[in-house]
Amino acid sequence: MKTLLRLTALVKPYFWWMALAALIGFATTGSGIGLLMTSGYIIAKAALQPPLGALQLGIAGVRMFGIARGALRYAERLISHNITFKILAKLRLWFYDAIEPLAPARLMHFKSGDLLQRIVDDIQSLENIYTRVLAPPLTALLVGLLMWFLVGVYSLQAALIVLTFHLLAGIGIPLLTMQLSRGVSKGIMQHKTEQQILALDLFQGIGELQLYGKLPAHLTAMRTAESGKLRLERKNAMIDGLHDSLTGLLMNGAVIAVLWALIPCISTGQVNGISLTVITLAVMASFEPFLPLPGTVKHLEADKHAGERLFEILDAKPETSAPASPLAFPREHTIQVERLSFTYPGSRSKALDSISFKVLPGEHIAIVGPSGAGKSTITNLFMRFWNPSEGSISIGGNNISLFDPEELRRNIALVSQRTYLFAETIRENLRLAGPNATDEELKRALTAAGLGHFTSKLDEWTGQHGMKLSGGERQRIAIARVLLQKAPIMILDEATANLDGVTESEVTQTLQAISAGKTLITITHRLKAMEQYNRILVLEKGKIVEQGVHSELMARDGLYRRMWELQHVVEVG
Amino acid sequence: MNIDRRLFQLLKEERAPFILSLISGGLAASMLIGQAYSLSQVIDGAFMQKTGIQKLLPLLALFLCFSLLRMAFNWYSHTEANRGTVLIREKLFNRLSATVGTLGPLYTRSVQSGRLSTTLLKGVEALDAYYSQYIPQIFFALFTPVLIVCTIFPGDWISGLILLCSAPLIPLFMILIGKSASAMTEKQWKTMSRMSGYFLDVLQGLPTLKLFAQSKMQRSAIEEAGEGFRHATMRVLKIAFLSSLTLELVGTLGTAIIAVGIGLRLMAHQLTFQQALFVLVLTPDFYLPLRQLGTKFHAGMEGVSASKEIFAILDQPQPAIGLKATLLDEESVARKPIHFQDVSYTYPGASQPALEELSITIPAGKRTAIIGPSGAGKSTLINLLLRFQEPGKGEITLEGSPIHSIPLEAWHQRISWVPQHPYLFNATLKENILLGKPDASPEELQEALQKTGLIAFIKALPKGLETMIGEQGSRLSGGEAQRVALARAFLKNAPLLILDEPTSHTDPELEAALRSSMEELMVGRTTVIIAHRLETIRSADQILVINQGKLTQSGTHLELLAAGGFYSDAFHLQQESES
Repeated sequence: MKTLLRLTALVKPYFWWMALAALIGFATTGSGIGLLMTSGYIIAKAALQPPLGALQLGIAGVRMFGIARGALRYAERLISHNITFKILAKLRLWFYDAIEPLAPARLMHFKSGDLLQRIVDDIQSLENIYTRVLAPPLTALLVGLLMWFLVGVYSLQAALIVLTFHLLAGIGIPLLTMQLSRGVSKGIMQHKTEQQILALDLFQGIGELQLYGKLPAHLTAMRTAESGKLRLERKNAMIDGLHDSLTGLLMNGAVIAVLWALIPCISTGQVNGISLTVITLAVMASFEPFLPLPGTVKHLEADKHAGERLFEILDAKPETSAPASPLAFPREHTIQVERLSFTYPGSRSKALDSISFKVLPGEHIAIVGPSGAGKSTITNLFMRFWNPSEGSISIGGNNISLFDPEELRRNIALVSQRTYLFAETIRENLRLAGPNATDEELKRALTAAGLGHFTSKLDEWTGQHGMKLSGGERQRIAIARVLLQKAPIMILDEATANLDGVTESEVTQTLQAISAGKTLITITHRLKAMEQYNRILVLEKGKIVEQGVHSELMARDGLYRRMWELQHVVEVG
Repeated sequence: MNIDRRLFQLLKEERAPFILSLISGGLAASMLIGQAYSLSQVIDGAFMQKTGIQKLLPLLALFLCFSLLRMAFNWYSHTEANRGTVLIREKLFNRLSATVGTLGPLYTRSVQSGRLSTTLLKGVEALDAYYSQYIPQIFFALFTPVLIVCTIFPGDWISGLILLCSAPLIPLFMILIGKSASAMTEKQWKTMSRMSGYFLDVLQGLPTLKLFAQSKMQRSAIEEAGEGFRHATMRVLKIAFLSSLTLELVGTLGTAIIAVGIGLRLMAHQLTFQQALFVLVLTPDFYLPLRQLGTKFHAGMEGVSASKEIFAILDQPQPAIGLKATLLDEESVARKPIHFQDVSYTYPGASQPALEELSITIPAGKRTAIIGPSGAGKSTLINLLLRFQEPGKGEITLEGSPIHSIPLEAWHQRISWVPQHPYLFNATLKENILLGKPDASPEELQEALQKTGLIAFIKALPKGLETMIGEQGSRLSGGEAQRVALARAFLKNAPLLILDEPTSHTDPELEAALRSSMEELMVGRTTVIIAHRLETIRSADQILVINQGKLTQSGTHLELLAAGGFYSDAFHLQQESES
C-alpha cells in the first residue's frame, strides 16, 4: 500500500489531465450505451405504429451518440497516451536523479543487466499506471452509477439486479482472477531478470563460452528460462481468456435476470414493452467497461512489485553527498592526507590503515606497492566515490567533503586501469572531459595521447564498451580525455599498464610533459622512471611501509628495493 | 524477403493449434446468432404477444445455453491461439539465441548488447500479439460478419445490404492508414530499442560520467531521449488512433442507419418486431470484429517491426562450420605445427586490412611470441586462431589440413585462452574458475588456485570461493580477473595455449610468482603469447614482429637484437628507462 501511495504521488502532477481523460472515457462508454438504447427505442416505438414524428427524437439521438462515441474515444485515447508517456519520461528522470548520487558505491551489488531490466521494464510497466490501473475502475464506477439511475427510473428491482451483476463483474471476477494468478506476474518478472543476466553473459562472454564448450549449456539455460517464462505467460493468457468469458457470461446472466424480473411487470402495466427493450439493450452495453477490471488487478500487482524493486534501489543512502553550501575549489591546493583508513563494506580487513602524507602544489609523488595494498582505494576516496572510515583528505586546508563533488572531480583528472568508453562516437567520448572543446582541440589531444591516426575518425563509433578499439587505444582515449580536462591535479592509476613498451614510453613522456607544473599522484606497481618523483610512498597491506625519493629507497633494503630488483633482473642472454 | 511471408511460414510450422482456435472461434460466432435469435423471441413474446413469463422460460433457457456454449468456445479458441503462439515464440527464441551463439564474439562486440537483448527478449515477445491476436482476428473479421449478413439477409435484405456495403469501408480505411502507420511503428520500435541500449550504457558508465562531472548533464540527455520517444510514439498513435476512429465511426453510424431503417420499415409493416430486434442486436456484433481488427492490427504491426531486427540477426552470414569432420585428437594438436598461408583479413567497413598476406608457422610444442605496436593486427591474428573470425583470404592449417574443416567445438576444446579482458560470469567465483574443468576435484582446484596466486585473495573474501561475481566481475580487479582466467587455463589443460597479455594487469611481485607456474603451463604446449613486457618475450622460441598487418621480422631474442629494428629498439628503450 505504501509503495502504491508513493507511486501515486509520482503521477500526481498529471491529476487534472487524468481526471479529464477519465471523464471523456466515461462519456465514450455512455455514448455507446446511449446509442443502443435510442436504437432500441426507435424500433420498439415503431412497432407500436406511432405517427412518423414520434421517431424524430430517437433518430436525432442515434446520430448524436454515434458520432460522439467515435470522437470521444479518439480524444480519450490521445490524452491518456500522452499522459502515459509524460509519466514515463518523468519516471525515468526520477529514477536517474535518484540513482545518480548512489553510483558507484551503493550500486556495487547490482548487476547492470538487472539494473537495465529494472529501468526499462519496471518503469515501462509503471508508465501504464494511469491507463491500466487508475482509469478502468473509475470508468466502471461511473457507468455503474449511470445504469443505476437509468434502470432505477423504471424498476428498483431491476436496478438492484444490475447492481448485483455489476458488483460481481467489478469485484468478484477481479478477486477470482487475482486468486488464480497469484504470483504469476512476479514470476514472469523474475524470469525476465534472470534472462537478461543470461543474455548479457551470452553477448559479452561468448568467447569464453565457446572456448570452454559451455555455449550449448548456456543456451539451454536461456531456453529453460524462456520456457519457464512462457509457461507462466500461458497461464496468464488462460486466466485472461477466462475472465473475458466470465464477464460475458455475467452480462448474459444480467440480461436473463432483468427479463425475468421485468416481464411479469408488463402484465401489471408497471413496465411497458419499450422500456423492456431499451433496458435490456442498455444492460448488454453496460458491461463493456468491466472487461478490463481483472487486468487492473494484475497490473496493480505487477506495478507494486516493480515499485518495490525501484524503491529498494533508490532508498539506499548515498555514500557521499554534496554539502549544502559548498566551498569553492581553492587556488592553492596542497593535499593533506591524515590518518586515512578505509574498510569496504562486507570486508574483514582494512583496505587502508591510517595513512598520512602531504603533497605540495606542483609536486609529483608516486604510490607503489603490490596489488591488494590499497592503492586504488586512495583514488576512490579522492574522487569521493567513498567516504573514509576514519581520517581525512583535505585540499588547500579544507576537507574535500566540503567541496561540491562535481567541482572536486573537475579539478582532479584521473586515468584508471579500466577506461569506460560509451557506445558513442570518438568525439562524444572525448567531449565528456571537455564539453566545449572544439574539434581542433580534440584532435590536438588525440595526437598528444598518441592517437594521431584517430584525428580523422572523430565521428567513428567506438562499439559496445569501446570494444572496437584495442586495449592500448582505449587507454590513450583516456589520456586524451585528461588532456582536455585541464585539471590542476592528476591521478594516474596504473594508466600505462596496458600499453606496449614503445607506446608506453611515448605516452609516459607526454604525461610527463603535461604534468609539469601540476600536482601529480601516480599509482603504479611498475617501477619505471621513478627518479622523477619528489617522493615515493610504498604501500603494503593498507599501510605506508617506506617513503622517500628513489635513491633513498634503493639504499634501504626494503620492499621497494625488492620490487625494483624483481622487475629489473636482466637475465644473462 | 517479405516479412509477412516469413512470419506466416513460422505459423505454418505450428498450424494445428491455430486451426483448432479458428474452428472454435467460428462456433462461438454461430452461438452468437442463436443468442440474438432467442433473445429477440423472448422480448417479442413479452412485448408484442404479451406472453407470460412461464411460457417464455424455455426460450430464456435456450438463451442461457447459447451463452454458456459461446463462452466455452471463445475460451477454448483463445487458449489454443495462445498455445500456438507460445510454441512459435519458443522456437524463434531458440533459433535466435543459437544464431547469436554461432556468430560469436566478433558479432556481439560490434553491436550494443542492450540492443541485442531488446531484440532477443522483447522482440520475440512483441510477436505474441501478432500471432495470438492479429492473425486469428483476420479470420474472425471475415467469418463473423459474413455469417451475420447471411443470417440477416433472408429476413431483412435491406439491412443486410447496408451492412455489406459499409463493411468494406473498414478494411479500405485500414489499408489506407495502415501503410503509413506501419512505417512509423517500425521507427518507434527502433527508437525504443536504441533507448534501451543507451540506458544500459549510461548506467554502466555512471562512474565515468561522475568522474568528468557530467552525470548531472546526462540528465538533460535522458530527458531529451524521453521526449523524443514520446513525440515519436504520439505521432504513430495519432495516426493509429485515427484509423480506429474511422472504424468506430463506420460501426456506430452503421448501427444508427440500420436502427432508423428498420424503424421505418417496421412502421411500414415490412418487418416484424422480432426480426427488427434480431437485426439490431446483431448489428454491433457485425462491426465488432472489424473494429477489433483495427486495434489488433496495431499490436500486430509492432511485432512485425520487431521481427525485422530478429530476421536481420537470423540472416547474418554464418561462419562456415567444418562439415567434413576431420578427426582431431589431443596428440595431433600438440604435435603438428600451425601454418598461416597468405592470410588476409579486413574488418567490415574498414579501408585498411587488419592483416595482409600473413604467412607464419607456429611450431608445435614451442613458444611463439607476437609483438608489435597496438593496432598492428595481433588481436586479429589471435581471433583467427581462435576461429572467432574466418580469414578473408588465405588459409590456416594444422600441418596441411585446414583448421576450418575441424568442428568448431572440437577445435575450441583443444585451446586454453587467457584473454586480456577475461569475462567473468554472473556466477560464483568457484563456478567461474571451474569453467575450465567442471568436474575438477577439490585438489585440482586447489592446485590451480595455488599456481595462480589466488589463495590469499580468496581467503580475504568473506564468502571465499562462493562469492558472487558482479556484472563483468566488477568486484574483481583486472589482475584478479586475469588470474581467474589463468586458473581456468590450468584446469583446462589443453594442448594449444593462447595468452593475450596474460599478466598485463598484474604487478611485478605477483608476476614473478606467476612466471614459474606459467612456464610450467607452457611446457610441451604449442603456445602463442602476446606480450608487451620483454622479460616475458625473450625466452620465446620464436618472436614474430607484426606491424600494420604484416610480418616485419621473426627470430629469437638474440637474432632480433642483432638484426635491429622494432624489437631491438623496444628492448633498448626498456633497458634505458629501467637503468
